[in-house]
Amino acid sequence: MLRKIRVTLAALCFTLITLLLLDFTGTLQHWLGWLAKIQFLPALLALNAVVVIALVVLTLLFGRIYCSVICPLGVMQDVISWAHGRRKKNRFTYSPAKTILRLVMLAIMVVAIVAGLGSLMALLAPYSSYGRIVNNLLQPLYIWCNNGLAAIAAHYESYAFYGRDVWLKSLPTFGIAVATFVIIAVLAWRHGRTYCNTICPVGTVLGYLAKFSWFKVRFDADKCKACGLCTRNCKASCIDYKTHTVDYTRCVACGNCLDKCKFDSLHYGPARKAKTAAPADEPSPEPRADSARRAVMVGGAIVAAEAALAQAGKKVDGGLAVIEDKAVVKRATPITPPGSLSARNMARHCTACQLCVAQCPNDVLRPSGNLLTLMQPTMSYERGYCRPECHRCSEVCPTGAITPITLDEKVSTQIGHAVWVKENCVVLTDGVSCGNCARHCPSGAIMMVPSDPNDDLSPMVPAVDRARCIGCGACENLCPARPFTAIYVEGHEVHKTI
Amino acid sequence: MNINRQDKHSLSRRNFLKALGLGTAAASVPAIVSCASGDADAAKSDEPPIGKMTYRVNPKTGEKVSLLGYGMMRLPTIGAKMSAREAGDAEIDQDMVNRQVDYAIEHGVNYFDTSPAYCKGRSEHCTGIALSRHKREEYFIATKLSNFNPETWSHEAGVEMFQNSLKELQVDYVDYLLLHAIGGGEDAMAEYRARYEDNGLLDYLLEQREKGVIRNLGFSYHGDIAVFDYLLANHDKYKWDFVQIELNYLDWKLANEINDSNTDAEYLYGELVKRDIPAVIMEPLLGGRLAKLPDPLANKLLSRDPQSSVASWAFRYAGTFPKVLTVLSGMTFMEHLKENLCTYSPLKPLTQDEMAFLEGVAAELVSYNTIPCNDCKYCMPCPYGIDIPAIFVHYNKCLSEGNAPRERQSPEYYKERRAFLVGYDRSVPKLRQADHCIGCGQCVPHCPQRIRIPQELERISRYVDALKQGKDATVEADPDFNKKK
Repeated sequence: MLRKIRVTLAALCFTLITLLLLDFTGTLQHWLGWLAKIQFLPALLALNAVVVIALVVLTLLFGRIYCSVICPLGVMQDVISWAHGRRKKNRFTYSPAKTILRLVMLAIMVVAIVAGLGSLMALLAPYSSYGRIVNNLLQPLYIWCNNGLAAIAAHYESYAFYGRDVWLKSLPTFGIAVATFVIIAVLAWRHGRTYCNTICPVGTVLGYLAKFSWFKVRFDADKCKACGLCTRNCKASCIDYKTHTVDYTRCVACGNCLDKCKFDSLHYGPARKAKTAAPADEPSPEPRADSARRAVMVGGAIVAAEAALAQAGKKVDGGLAVIEDKAVVKRATPITPPGSLSARNMARHCTACQLCVAQCPNDVLRPSGNLLTLMQPTMSYERGYCRPECHRCSEVCPTGAITPITLDEKVSTQIGHAVWVKENCVVLTDGVSCGNCARHCPSGAIMMVPSDPNDDLSPMVPAVDRARCIGCGACENLCPARPFTAIYVEGHEVHKTI
Repeated sequence: MNINRQDKHSLSRRNFLKALGLGTAAASVPAIVSCASGDADAAKSDEPPIGKMTYRVNPKTGEKVSLLGYGMMRLPTIGAKMSAREAGDAEIDQDMVNRQVDYAIEHGVNYFDTSPAYCKGRSEHCTGIALSRHKREEYFIATKLSNFNPETWSHEAGVEMFQNSLKELQVDYVDYLLLHAIGGGEDAMAEYRARYEDNGLLDYLLEQREKGVIRNLGFSYHGDIAVFDYLLANHDKYKWDFVQIELNYLDWKLANEINDSNTDAEYLYGELVKRDIPAVIMEPLLGGRLAKLPDPLANKLLSRDPQSSVASWAFRYAGTFPKVLTVLSGMTFMEHLKENLCTYSPLKPLTQDEMAFLEGVAAELVSYNTIPCNDCKYCMPCPYGIDIPAIFVHYNKCLSEGNAPRERQSPEYYKERRAFLVGYDRSVPKLRQADHCIGCGQCVPHCPQRIRIPQELERISRYVDALKQGKDATVEADPDFNKKK
């Protein structure tokens, strides 16, 4: 019974949070956004005391329910492990806890949080690992399906679906997501919850809390016939039937053992007597995705398409000029979205779950390739710009890396400033009149001025009033100079209100 | 948005192709309506009758020209589901061209209009293949001297273009030759002179007419009325055998409602009648716009005569004028051809009452504030990659279908907004949308309708931006546009 409730709730939670991470339309977050916000590490980083206390209390009462039900990465492992279990029954054995490894991992996490090492923190955060897996591996499939529906809808003049671009936002992040998935999937296939009980810092913290939980799985040694079925069905490998002990730091209260025991010798309930687990340690369990951590800065392939436009001699009708892709600007200071307050706040809070990246309707946000902020969101404007009607990233962020910001606040928050690059400006290179940056600047920060201050009739070029620029990137996105833009946004480390 | 740098330079070096105009009319009418022939006994059917075509007589030669002229601007393509004009690089379906030309000739069509510029320069060749399979006396060929590019403004280039037309069309004489799209360009008069007078090309053409290589000489006109007036004022000298003008029930009296600088067809036709010059009609459907009217107007026409298609009204309108020699239609699909053959086999002239009815429809149409774009694509390619006609077509479509919301309070606002924005992204790739127009104005001289393209794109861009922000959206232009440039 306990197990059935657990499985039902876990399946529900897992499905809904996966949908939340897949959604790109901005609708599901209104209903399901809370699922990201009740995740332990994001809540902790967001200093969301209510959630953190609630989770601690939950654990002190019932054990690691969080790991069994709420954490999507945990449930993902259960699914994989279950799939294997259908083919091969009773495959687990008891193994001693790898306490030192767990504590080392926890220590690394604590150091990463305190020192603001965003990329390290992101790598170890369980919910965010799942977010990256969904975002990198599942969302493209989801969008392709959607695009298929959009094509059908277009055929019937229906506007129910609209297409989205699928593009590789960051190769390192994609690599890490793939590696994380493969490693965790292999571990789960072979040993169940190994990841949760060796690497996961959240698992470790909750594990040591669970040690003192009120409800626990308890042995009735008198009834036990030492058949070992409980041990062989414990995906956490934490039941030693020989000594009638359960390592509560590793038990995720899944209830599998309770169902398996034919002699009613296992019960889930309040304490009657205390037991301690046998500690043990062993060296490194499995390598983390070191190879994938290569900090390759691949900002998006620049495909310089060859234009075959010239029809020398004769003017004929029609045709479309080939549009070159914009090169990704190398910014001295990366831009972080409005609401993130500062680069420091972003680095310290973001666990790189990619929820904001998945939601960004203008394809502005993408995972950073910088080693220190690896996988955390950064902004670039080749595909779109940060539009005034949108603050979705601030709505969905569960960690306080992007704090909630209203639309009014957003349009008066300076996240960077525009810089004009004279050599690239089409007014001077092509001899045409332009001014598209000035026309589309939402804050009126760009003025067209004569290129020669002494000649009022000289071609008009843009000049940026830095005090008024908010760094939204409209100018950069709409600048006709390609592949190298003639106006780009340089980020600010600390945002300010103008 | 930009094209490759080298190409861009070569474009600016060419310093633009100046005058352009519309050559051929286009019908894109998917509707098939039964053939409402004048013959009361004839069974209603989609199949046009043979031997019933209405003909007009060319006063100079006395030859009989079919009222339906075949425009070879929108030839069918293989698999592209649209004409070679829309599909760009799609291969032209020569077999289909042959079949349709055969069918047209069989049903009495004898006027075929092409140009060296059509279908990215492939139209003459395909037309030549199709027509050369028939006896030379069975058809009249009209082609043009389309020397738009300033690089082809020399005498030699013009002569070469004409000689090449003869070669492509596989003929040793041309029945109808036109100076192509007179009246375009920023300084239309200067451009006309540069293209035809200063280089002696017009003299060459007059000479060819003397020799019989050109049987009839005329011009097609769009744009600046000064050039039209000038050429007609010199009629005694040049003896124009025909003139090609745009005429339809919108252009008759309301041409300048579309655009200040357009001239009413009423005036153009009147001037031709005064001098007894036959008129060849292009744009009877105004680029297809009169075949796809906004729903309430289409409803009006259909309720007046459920048997006649919306497009057939426009064809009958153009054909009703007695001095019209032929009405051109760019028929991509067989059903267009059949439908138009029905309309003109024979022509049932409109009554006074019906003419007035259509002019009333025109007045209503103008009130829809659509952009007078015919999707002729002469403005293309935009060097910065904007898909100008696709943007205008989408905008007009939304206006006509009532999917262009204005006020947020309107209960339909969000539904219409979604239709507009989702449809916009479907019709025009993001990088080719209006907000990427830099306002360089390179397209403006090419537009035969003289649309102020940058201003209109700016207007649409503002409108879209307001919709995206969920605000009240106005469709007014920004009065300061030119200042900001």
